[in-house]
Amino acid sequence: MTSPGRSRRVLLGAALLALALVFGGCAEDAPQDFLNHQMGPNAEKADRIWDITFLIAVVIFFVVEGLLVFALIRFRHKPGRVAEQFHGNTKLEVVLTLIPALILAGLAVPTLRTIFDIASKPEGALEVTVTGRQFWWQYEYQDFDFQTANELHIPIDTPVHLTFEAADVIHSYWIPRLTGTQDLVPGRRNELTFSADVPGRYMGQCKEFCGLSHANMRLIVFAHEPAEFQTWVSEQQKPADPASGDVAAGEKLFLEGECVNCHAIEGTDAAATTAPDLTHFASRETFAGAMFEVNEENLAEWLRDPPAMKPGAPMPDYGLTEDQIEKLVAYLMSLD
Amino acid sequence: MATAVTTAPRRGLFARPTAKTGVWGWMTTVDHKKIGILYGATAIFFFILGGLEALAIRLQLATPNGEVLTAEVYNQFFTMHGITMIFLVVMPLGVAIMNYFIPLMIGARDVAFPRLNAFSYWVFLLGGLFLYSSFFLGGAPDGGWFGYAPLSTTLPGNGMTFYSLGLQILGVASLAGAVNFIITIINMRAPGMTFMRLPVFIWMSLVTSFLLLFAMPIIAVALFQLMFDRVFEANFFNPAGGGDPLLWQHLFWLFGHPEVYIMILPAMGIVSEILPTFARKPIFGYAAIVFAGAAIGFMGWGVWAHHMFAVGLGPVATSAFALSTMFIAVPTGIKIFNWLGTLWGGDIRFKSPMLFALGFVSMFIIGGLSGVSHAIVPHDMQQTDTYYIVAHFHYVLFGGAIFGLFGGIYYWWPKMFGWMLGEGWGKVQFWLLFIGMNLTFGPMHIVGLQGQPRRTYTYPEGMGWDFWNMIETIGAFTIALSVLVFLINVFISKFKKEEAGDDPWDARTLEWMTTSPPVEHNFDEIPVVADRDDFWHKKYGGTPETAPQPVIAGGADDLAHGGDHIHLPSPSYFPLYAAVGLPVAGYGVVYFNEWSFAPIVIGVGMLITLLSLFGWVLEPGTAEE
Amino acid sequence: MSAHAVAVEEHHTSTGLDNTKLAMWAFLGSECLFFGSLITTYLLYRNRVVSGPTPHEIYDIPYTSVSSFVLLMSSLTMVLALAAIQRGDHRGLRVWLLATAFLGLTFIGGQVYEFSTFVEEGLKLSTSTFGSSFFVLTGFHGAHVTVGILMLLALVGMSWAGRLDPASEGARKVELIGLYWHFVDIVWIVIFTVIYLVPTNP
Repeated sequence: MTSPGRSRRVLLGAALLALALVFGGCAEDAPQDFLNHQMGPNAEKADRIWDITFLIAVVIFFVVEGLLVFALIRFRHKPGRVAEQFHGNTKLEVVLTLIPALILAGLAVPTLRTIFDIASKPEGALEVTVTGRQFWWQYEYQDFDFQTANELHIPIDTPVHLTFEAADVIHSYWIPRLTGTQDLVPGRRNELTFSADVPGRYMGQCKEFCGLSHANMRLIVFAHEPAEFQTWVSEQQKPADPASGDVAAGEKLFLEGECVNCHAIEGTDAAATTAPDLTHFASRETFAGAMFEVNEENLAEWLRDPPAMKPGAPMPDYGLTEDQIEKLVAYLMSLD
Repeated sequence: MATAVTTAPRRGLFARPTAKTGVWGWMTTVDHKKIGILYGATAIFFFILGGLEALAIRLQLATPNGEVLTAEVYNQFFTMHGITMIFLVVMPLGVAIMNYFIPLMIGARDVAFPRLNAFSYWVFLLGGLFLYSSFFLGGAPDGGWFGYAPLSTTLPGNGMTFYSLGLQILGVASLAGAVNFIITIINMRAPGMTFMRLPVFIWMSLVTSFLLLFAMPIIAVALFQLMFDRVFEANFFNPAGGGDPLLWQHLFWLFGHPEVYIMILPAMGIVSEILPTFARKPIFGYAAIVFAGAAIGFMGWGVWAHHMFAVGLGPVATSAFALSTMFIAVPTGIKIFNWLGTLWGGDIRFKSPMLFALGFVSMFIIGGLSGVSHAIVPHDMQQTDTYYIVAHFHYVLFGGAIFGLFGGIYYWWPKMFGWMLGEGWGKVQFWLLFIGMNLTFGPMHIVGLQGQPRRTYTYPEGMGWDFWNMIETIGAFTIALSVLVFLINVFISKFKKEEAGDDPWDARTLEWMTTSPPVEHNFDEIPVVADRDDFWHKKYGGTPETAPQPVIAGGADDLAHGGDHIHLPSPSYFPLYAAVGLPVAGYGVVYFNEWSFAPIVIGVGMLITLLSLFGWVLEPGTAEE
Repeated sequence: MSAHAVAVEEHHTSTGLDNTKLAMWAFLGSECLFFGSLITTYLLYRNRVVSGPTPHEIYDIPYTSVSSFVLLMSSLTMVLALAAIQRGDHRGLRVWLLATAFLGLTFIGGQVYEFSTFVEEGLKLSTSTFGSSFFVLTGFHGAHVTVGILMLLALVGMSWAGRLDPASEGARKVELIGLYWHFVDIVWIVIFTVIYLVPTNP
């Protein structure tokens, strides 16, 4: 009675696998998908070995599960069947030990080669220091002497060498379509070299559990044509425009209130580095760990009570009045 | 010197307990069978708790931006789900079956140290309750079951302090159990039960116990260091004080990877008992399957850093651990081939234990194959900490360990209670579990490869993960339904009381020779073993391949002739009392910086344990009659 | 060998080895990894002194050598205690057990004094990773010695109360505690060598 059940199970398994392939194939709407649409050499190299491994695994899966199902159907109980009493078969056992060992040895070669390949550091890379903080990313472009947060801008076809530091706990930097993950460990300096082939907007996020808002510690990498990247860099290198008119009140609040204790804005007296550098805040797409779109509503809601919007955010609710919030929003939105 | 051969009867601190039934009968029992049942019932209780946590997690993740749980509660739930399922469910369920069946399967009257066995259970129970009490005392552990420093040392509240002490207490239970099982298997075998005649389950229990013996002290040190950092301002994992957070990871995974095999090897042993019984064939390649188990035990110590490929080990160390991780798949493969060989040419009956065992084999293949893909380091850097990993280890620990353990429960239930679990309900439960598990964990491969990271309490829309997350949640509730069917089955079957008889499955090993449930002294006559699968040969008269080599049975000097003079170990209060001291001291440490009298609490706890151990030593194992 | 040939009540085992002795060996195997992990931590951390005294500034090697010698001697008295009970000499047993416990206590006293000196000189658990790993490693060893002393005193009490009869059964118990005691001594030799004698980078 169970043999039809068995074959149902096979069908189910096959259907699941087929679905997996289908969904893997149309992952245009999955921005962190790394099985398809790799856009950088690291991700492509990893995917090449994965393809071989997956193929071998699928073959082994069908052979072994097929043998299992076959044995269950072929040798199921029937009146009069007598089980054969044998204890083993040394020759067969040796062969069946050697086959997997050889397959694995075959897989080991490209694996080790790729490990060393990805670990090598080319000359002339763009140097950026990334500091992981609960729950956002701080970038320091050493070559150009400015800081930014959460959104990393890079030129395409140029190796980018990231040096990692962690300010509080372990984080992990990951841009699935471009490169595998690298941990940021307090007290250690890890590094990662990667590059992008195609201009675009690549999503990523922290991958090592780092506390309450681990889920909200996201990041975006913008890959530009080199000329476009240069323009962005020269914009970022400028100090903030002097505040005038409507926004001057906001600047005053910013510089005389709590903000200045943690944030920096080039061109003003604000120079603290424990929170994001806001010099060109309005030029960014997102804020607070690439979680919220930069717009006036979101920013106002954030200033009302940051931890309510993002659990565990280190910035507390300063009890700002609506009037103060309005002024600060106006000021911050002017920092483009 | 002039005193008699045995010491005169003396009173200890308390009058010796005599109750064999009722609450005190259970609380003072030293009978390995009763302790096994206690272990099993407690583990199933925690299984339900851990399952409820999982359901809450799945409800939260069913849709993007879920609002069922807050970030705080989610982090507590996923941490406690992991701790519960590992330390309070899979390990103790394995221990439950080991407790009940190691003595029966090797032809012994009890384990080597019955009171130590009881102690192990009470420490386990109180350790589990200690951990769960944290929910009512300001919040459960919320730093992940892996407790990575320095997050675990800096998280506010007492959750991770409960973690450091709770796991420490559970470790004591595991260590006591491991020592007991090792000595029992080495020293208490029936005459003729040589090592190469031991049932495979016994071999796997022995390997598991050795892994526990050597893995537990490592995690104990790591947990002590965490405790000193959290409570006493030490600097082990504090980078500002020179500490290295990676020390925690090395110690944790040096324990943690053997721990994986601690969880899976007993299930492999159970499956290796069930398949031959229902295929009516001897196990294929006994020696290979035993040595493969031992090889996994050894190699399990050399792969820990594959949990740490992303921490920056450097390419050389990374390559070494990639290689060791690949080649640990070889002995695992041997086992799968041998299980197939066992089925080949058999006369296969699909009873419910067999279905669960086959579920194990078919699901473990998937978990094994995805396991190999972690050794492909460049790709592991992508899939690490995504749901692909969650999928992998649930195929191993749910599709593997839980299926194997349920198989063991269905297989041995009639022996333990004398009545059968319902076949029909059993099959319904199996199919629900099988479908539910694939619905829950299958899609996790896909969302993992689509970049969904684990340990995140929420995810935004537009990531392409919505559909499969909903399917996973539906699958989780299917699993819950299956567990409900199991509980219904137990109640209905208890009511029906279908007599099992001594040997309902026409099985092969010694436990089926005695009555169901077994008499208190297990065997009226200690069996003399002449072959592997000795009971089968006794029933069907196969010719033993080797002549019996009698050895003296443990603890059974003059017991082999009739049950009249059998001196079984007597019940005792002391294991329970000694266990009580540990959580008491634990609370003292947790509240060390909050209660001025905390040192006194610690002292009282240690004193309780110390005095109980003293009473234990002075009390003879067997009371005089 | 026949089960009936042995007069005293003793468990017969598959291997012929005593259950409790085997269990003690297994436990001590486990303890090796416990101390192994602690020593490894110490070796990793001894040179990472961000503040406070460094190992070579603070260790008083002649002083610790003396207390190590005291502990080493206690292994000798432990052997003599076992020899006494094997002869059936309870009085000798008690004398040597008390001597062992006394030497152990002397060692612990020395350790308490050493700890308090270190704290005075500015090395605390919270000072540096060196402080943390030093105090936790040697502290756990001291705790093991203390447990050993308690067991020795318990044996003395049991001998007094006639609970170590017959002598062969008593000898089994003394030997068991002796195993533990020797192990703790050997671990100290390793700790002493590794943390006091092997030079650190200045």
